[in-house]
Amino acid sequence: MTPRLAIPVLLAAATLLSACATPDTPTEVFDPYEQTNRQIHQFNVGLDRALVRPTSNAYGTVIPQPVRRSVSNFANNLDTPRFVVNDILQGNVLDAGHNTMRFLVNSTLGLAGLFDPATSFGLETRRTGFGETLFVWGNEEGAYVELPVFGPSNQRDAVGTVVDLVSNPISSIFSSGEQWIPPTANVADRLGARYEFADTVDGLLYESADSYTAARSLYLQNRRFELTGGVDDEFAFDPFEGFDDE
Amino acid sequence: MSKIDRRSVLAGLAALGSLGVAAPGQAAVSTAEATALVNQVVAEINGAINSGRSEGAILSQFETIFQRYAAVEIISQGILGPEWRAASSQQKRGFAQALRVYLARKYGRRFKEFAGGRIEVQQSRQSRRGYEVTSRAVLPGQAPFSVMFRVAEIGGQPKFYDIVIEGISLGKVEREEIGVMLDRRRGNLNQLIADLPKAA
Repeated sequence: MTPRLAIPVLLAAATLLSACATPDTPTEVFDPYEQTNRQIHQFNVGLDRALVRPTSNAYGTVIPQPVRRSVSNFANNLDTPRFVVNDILQGNVLDAGHNTMRFLVNSTLGLAGLFDPATSFGLETRRTGFGETLFVWGNEEGAYVELPVFGPSNQRDAVGTVVDLVSNPISSIFSSGEQWIPPTANVADRLGARYEFADTVDGLLYESADSYTAARSLYLQNRRFELTGGVDDEFAFDPFEGFDDE
Repeated sequence: MSKIDRRSVLAGLAALGSLGVAAPGQAAVSTAEATALVNQVVAEINGAINSGRSEGAILSQFETIFQRYAAVEIISQGILGPEWRAASSQQKRGFAQALRVYLARKYGRRFKEFAGGRIEVQQSRQSRRGYEVTSRAVLPGQAPFSVMFRVAEIGGQPKFYDIVIEGISLGKVEREEIGVMLDRRRGNLNQLIADLPKAA
């Protein structure tokens, strides 16, 4: 993060976090801003239909798969220093070492990250971000929010997303004329993923009975699983509940 | 008992299985039996997705997998909740039947994307209602991901009643999804039963 940006961003993050809403009792889905969220969801679905889906389709059709993979590897490699910073902030020495090694291997043997030899050496990608750092630091997830363009999130991860956007240490190695490279690689990577999982995403956005609740449910369950590495038994699907007497 | 024998016995019991069974019995099913069930399910899924057969053939294989190894009546009960209690036994049978077709088509298509990959069963642990059997899906060119089966004893047999992919419970997703579908039909269960197989 450039020092010029660091202070306002951290201040904004602190303000947002202190404003995190919390439910009175732990609930599985805490969505007090549903009305606003649904409007943003409408916007996101419209954006996908008009722009993201057609663009990803063109990208996936025109650019051959090996090239898309290299773009994705390149984007992931540029992100890796940011993972290391967050690993350190989380006090996770093991992952910080893992990701540092991964970055060194892929930046050299992997030709500036276009290839991913690290994975075959057992140094697979271990993504993290400031949202996870905030989780490790003990912040609550807050209310469910759907962000424009970025999609499903919660208050804690919304802060994480903003900090992640402006805090990639790699950007300091690019000259001012090259600053477009990391975000462009990221967007291309997202388009590639949208193309690769087109059936799944289309199914969710265009075939669900209510794509808003479907996206919310998938996001909340998956995000909690990612962060805790398990499924909370308290919120498990329990078809026997309420039928114990039979 | 050979695998085929065991399979036909399971299928026979599934066909006879009553709709009234609601709560799981005390752990007469062992962790080994729960794991064996998931091994069998996973072997059949792996066989189906890598069979190279047509989509229609694969989807009907998935229907058979649900028929034999899933507790579809229990899943139906969990998805409908209070509506299940109010339903007639004919509606219960109709809904379970429709749900089986819907789930097989919807998730058969998803699992078809796993072609070229395989699912590896890992371990089993006891949970509140039975067992959680964890497995890993390994797909070419992708990071492996977690697929967990929730297994309970239903009518003396191990059956799975939920599949949890990377923390996402298909039971919970479908409870919401089908709940919305029922609301859209103003709570008309017969209409939902008629529409459900066509919804996937």
